[in-house]
Amino acid sequence: MLDKVIENQKIIKEACEKLGRQIKVMEVCGTHTVAIFRHGIRAILPQSFKMLTGPGCPVCVTDQGYIDTVLQLAENKDVLIATYGDMIRVPGKGGALETKTTNKNVRIVLSAQGALELAKENPQKQVVFIAVGFETTTPATAVVVKEAAEQNIRNFTIFSNHKLVVPAMRALLAGKNDKIDAFLCPGHVSAITGYGIFEQIVAGFNRPCVVAGFEPMQILEGLTIIAQQLAEGKPELKSVYKAVVTQQGNAIAQNLVKEYFQPADGYWRGLGSIPQSTLRLKDKYSKFDTMARFGIKQIPAEESNGCRCGEVLCGLIDPPVCQFFGKQCSPQRPIGPCMVSNEGACSAWYKYGDDRGGN
Amino acid sequence: MCLAVPARIVELKGDDAVVDALGNRFKAKTTLLADIKIGDVVLVHAGFAIAVVEEEEARKTWELFDEIIAFEKTQNKVSG
Ligand code: SF4
Repeated sequence: MLDKVIENQKIIKEACEKLGRQIKVMEVCGTHTVAIFRHGIRAILPQSFKMLTGPGCPVCVTDQGYIDTVLQLAENKDVLIATYGDMIRVPGKGGALETKTTNKNVRIVLSAQGALELAKENPQKQVVFIAVGFETTTPATAVVVKEAAEQNIRNFTIFSNHKLVVPAMRALLAGKNDKIDAFLCPGHVSAITGYGIFEQIVAGFNRPCVVAGFEPMQILEGLTIIAQQLAEGKPELKSVYKAVVTQQGNAIAQNLVKEYFQPADGYWRGLGSIPQSTLRLKDKYSKFDTMARFGIKQIPAEESNGCRCGEVLCGLIDPPVCQFFGKQCSPQRPIGPCMVSNEGACSAWYKYGDDRGGN
Repeated sequence: MCLAVPARIVELKGDDAVVDALGNRFKAKTTLLADIKIGDVVLVHAGFAIAVVEEEEARKTWELFDEIIAFEKTQNKVSG
């Protein structure tokens, strides 16, 4: 294994020398972020090969307006909020959901199924599922909406903030950060969508896209292919996660999502509004839509509290550049979502460090 | 929350499965996969099996988890 590491390292180094400039490769998946830090992959890359953490952590990309709207919903005594764990610590207007758990109307669930079960167990409450996550997570939400419709469950809605990864990549390249040279593409998203979805980034923006799993050797292999493609000036779409990912993906999951959701414009932290980047329930399922049920609109995001998560998510700064990093802001007392989530860039950087220092 | 773990199906009733990863057993729905049977190894994400995984790939991930758990235990000891 060490031989293989050294061999890959050598190929990357030679490719960088041939290019004679710094190259920036972005991962757009929280699990990749953690794996890259945890296994010390950054430390074995040459100085001129820079890894950027992109908008791949669902908690991090969720915009402040959505968080504040959820916090407001949690004030309603008839409402029971069902959410994935990380979301409860994100600070917003007047605190975080966590501080509201004392009201007993915020519950952590491990799956969308758990949220629906909560609704069945609490018929006197309106259960609102905080539906965040990328393509990997959306099919599960579709399954429970289907079940809720079939069983005619009337006290269950979803507040959808499901996101699509490709529109965010496009938004980055088209404006926010056009200095990104290539993408290490998410394995689990691809398991659902098929890796074919990244073809438009290669074709439209001339950037290498390589799908990898989460095992360190495979990540390194993905990065090596990227370096080679850049050195040869031949951007291509490749997958090295062959054990799980196919070009077409999981058709059952895709069809379920298509039946219940439609793309809509949506807000992202740091990236602003991106066309057709969020999934909303279709009108015919509006009785399961939180916003329709409660007749609410998303609160606009307020001025930032100085947290620079937005720039971190676009790969514009490394976390230590933020004045709060490691001082006022730490995983114990997070100021922004990139420090709250285990998969956030700030949290990963805080826990594992980057042997090469920030920029 | 994006974490997905490979796990083996040990019980299956309709699309309700019990899966096993390194001796940890938990519930998973198999709604998103066709033709699943006991003994298959699947990738479980947020309570749902999202893909069938090759045995070899699963083994690599399990080994890695074992290493990480061991590493974090020693780290915890050092930090007291
Ligand atoms: S260190 Fe904290 S305040 Fe600074 S960008 Fe990261 S999460 Fe925001």
